[in-house]
Amino acid sequence: MNENDCLLSVKQLEKRYGPHIGCQDVSFDLYPGEVMGIVGESGSGKSTLLNCMAGHLKPDTGEVVFNTRTEGLRDTVTMSEPERRLLSRTDWAFIHQHARDGLRMGVSAGGNVGERMMAVGARHYGDIRRTAEDWLERVEIDTSRIDDRPATFSGGMQQRLQIARNLVTQPRLIFMDEPTGGLDVSVQARLLDLLRSLVRDMNLSVIIVTHDLAVVRLLADRLMVMKSGQVVEQGLTDQVLDDPQHAYTQLLVSSVLHV
Amino acid sequence: MNNEAYNFAYLDEQTKRMIRRALLKAVAIPGYQVPFASREMPMPYGWGTGGVQVSAAILTPDDRLKVIDQGADDTTNAVSIRSFFKRTAGVQTTTATSEATVIQTRHRIPEVPLTEKQTLVYQVPIPEPLRFLEPRESETRKMHSLEEYGLMHVKLYEDIARHGHIATSYAYPVSVEERYIMDPSPIPKFDNPKLSQNAALQLFGAGREQRIYALPPYTKVVSLDFDDHPFEASKANHVCALCGAEHSYLDEVIVDDEGNRMFVCSDTDYCESRRAQGLTGKSAA
Amino acid sequence: MYVSVKGGEQAIENAHAWLDEARRGDTNIAEINVAQIREQLSLSVNRVMAEGSLYDPDLAALAIKQSRGDLIEAIFLIRAYRTTLPRFGYSNAIDTSAMACERRVSATFKDIPGGQILGPTFDYTHRLIDFKLAAEGNAKKASKRDNSVDKMPRVSDFLNREGLMEAVIDNGDTPADLTREPLELPANRSLRLQSLARADEGFLLSLAYSTQRGYARNHAFVGELRIGLVDVVMDIPELGFDIDIGEIQVTECETVNQFTGSKTQPPQFTRGYGLVLGQTERKAISMALVDRAMRWEELGEDDEGAPAQDAEFVLYHSDNIQATGFLEHIKLPHYVDFQAELELIRQLREDAETNLSNTEDAHEQ
Repeated sequence: MNENDCLLSVKQLEKRYGPHIGCQDVSFDLYPGEVMGIVGESGSGKSTLLNCMAGHLKPDTGEVVFNTRTEGLRDTVTMSEPERRLLSRTDWAFIHQHARDGLRMGVSAGGNVGERMMAVGARHYGDIRRTAEDWLERVEIDTSRIDDRPATFSGGMQQRLQIARNLVTQPRLIFMDEPTGGLDVSVQARLLDLLRSLVRDMNLSVIIVTHDLAVVRLLADRLMVMKSGQVVEQGLTDQVLDDPQHAYTQLLVSSVLHV
Repeated sequence: MNNEAYNFAYLDEQTKRMIRRALLKAVAIPGYQVPFASREMPMPYGWGTGGVQVSAAILTPDDRLKVIDQGADDTTNAVSIRSFFKRTAGVQTTTATSEATVIQTRHRIPEVPLTEKQTLVYQVPIPEPLRFLEPRESETRKMHSLEEYGLMHVKLYEDIARHGHIATSYAYPVSVEERYIMDPSPIPKFDNPKLSQNAALQLFGAGREQRIYALPPYTKVVSLDFDDHPFEASKANHVCALCGAEHSYLDEVIVDDEGNRMFVCSDTDYCESRRAQGLTGKSAA
Repeated sequence: MYVSVKGGEQAIENAHAWLDEARRGDTNIAEINVAQIREQLSLSVNRVMAEGSLYDPDLAALAIKQSRGDLIEAIFLIRAYRTTLPRFGYSNAIDTSAMACERRVSATFKDIPGGQILGPTFDYTHRLIDFKLAAEGNAKKASKRDNSVDKMPRVSDFLNREGLMEAVIDNGDTPADLTREPLELPANRSLRLQSLARADEGFLLSLAYSTQRGYARNHAFVGELRIGLVDVVMDIPELGFDIDIGEIQVTECETVNQFTGSKTQPPQFTRGYGLVLGQTERKAISMALVDRAMRWEELGEDDEGAPAQDAEFVLYHSDNIQATGFLEHIKLPHYVDFQAELELIRQLREDAETNLSNTEDAHEQ
């Protein structure tokens, strides 16, 4: 594959907080349909990296090159804020750890799913509503709840609604920040199952940050292991988890019960 | 207050120049809210200080001024503003829409089509159409500059989901030349179609919120809606009891203790000139 | 036949005449004069000058008389008058360290060079109604010290000398003029202070109080509160020198607040600042606390989501002339909009009833 096939290309990304390193010297390519997992303990820089890639934080140096629909490869770090904000409501999606951060709590479930469609010009109420119903079904929320506000939903339902709200416009790249993090174990399993089938059925391209190796084992094609802001090991998920090379990865893997 | 103590039309020339600059910018960018250093006026904020400042900045001694509130020339606040300019600018005033060169209005657009020789000045309480979705000025200004208007339709979506209709009956938001979303001031949505392609210059002044915006003549203005729930310029389903008008905006008047009601034109000049032409409704004996 | 109500003009005239009569009250009682208000209701006069942003005790007293003692109405009269006045220029910054103090207290030191001066304060009075006043009691003659003595150094300067107090650096920028330019955000500190100086006393008092009760608590002590006269000096370019154009009374409050520090900077006390026209001590202290709360960002403190920290919220809602105008305008006629609402609610109810009867029909079938 040549560079033009690649969906996202991160080059030499670095972010510092004063003398403290957030992340440093991170480079990788992501191809369409691929799921990249980023693992590490809290403070390892994985969330900083995710936020730099998604345009929430401005990196100090480096490039985040995205293959845009109309103009081909573009560095999203240097593009104008309007362009970047347009990208984040069309081709990109961001799933927050806490559903409250990604949902409008005062707006009905249907309105939450419909917002991104309306933001890009959908103007047919009936169509918007039908699509919203369809998506509620796909994330296993009873369509009779379409006019209820997310505040009346359980934590797992809120997270599934956030996923529906993000996927409805068929984004080409999805950032996920600990999507199962705030949930009970039983709820986690169901959500993980849902995510796996969505990723497969829709051939999604995903960058997922988590401290939970079980999540990446299930979802990720490739894996990056981060420690103190640096990538210490990367490769195919099974390879990294079954035959970890770096001492830190070995420690991570051994500290997890078999999944 | 005597006439000599104050400058023509009350405001000093420097202030007028500042307002005119804001007006020029507003005309150049239709629908965009231009910040301006609103002055304290001798009437309270909320009584039309924005409109008064705009009128003061554009009035010339040759102008003929009409002031309406709720469509009527004889409502107390219209009377008060008209006499303010009569006193401070000495301009001629009129109640006849067709004779006026400058019309200051609160909550209505006159029924008779305006001409290129006329300017309509609106009093605006809250200029920001996104305000009740997002209370922060710093955020709404960003939403305008980036054209992030999805939220506006979410509000309309929620209306239909709950009521089966778009439940906004006045201050109904519009899109100007497919760029800025604008608050047309609290006119009933019945008046919204008159905003578009209007021959007159339309100026909007919000004193307390320190904003001026404008629609130059023949600007395209579209009321927000959905394809399958199109905008409707609705009004009471009656005819004017005094002049028989079928297509004017009507006020509902309670006429006795039993709660009997009648409907009459809200635009008093329109109604009177129709009656002067001999047109009558069922109550005009 | 129906005739719509006319005569708005006549109604307004009648209302104004009635207002005039009500203002005067019982004509058997002697009319109060402006000098009496200026001298005997001086704290009302001070508040009107401060929030009206115009130092003119006679005019403020007249405004109070005209407004029947409604201070916000009086402030409004002053503001509307002020806005038409021509600007000759800007004075130099007043020098409050050269103030002829009538009152000067510090809560942070027992004694300070220049001394503590209680001045005309209610602080240690017992709040007992003085019935003798009803019978026109004559005031005692107070013994005062000569307040034209030397400069009184500021308490913050002592702390400053030791480096314990954050330094305030004059970057030489000309402050924006809130009455000539629209307020735009983010507002820098000088603009915020300008806005607070004319803000509603009650609003600032409540906000300041909320910081004390834990909504962005900043542990304030009154480092120094001083009230007195300062010279107003103007540079006249045509003359080429400064001219003293008069003196005004101001109240200044500097608070000493909890220290902050970082790895690069050792801990220091921080400041809040209040400066208000006239003797307006409650307002000046409130202003200092709110000023300090709004500085959270520059001092690297957490956003606690407290009202007093939110500059946009505070600045947009602190002006009582804006607030009272918008609040009270809802009594103006709104019948056109109300009519639109009436039509809408009738339609929605009609639809709901139709839906209901349709479902009932469906059940019966």
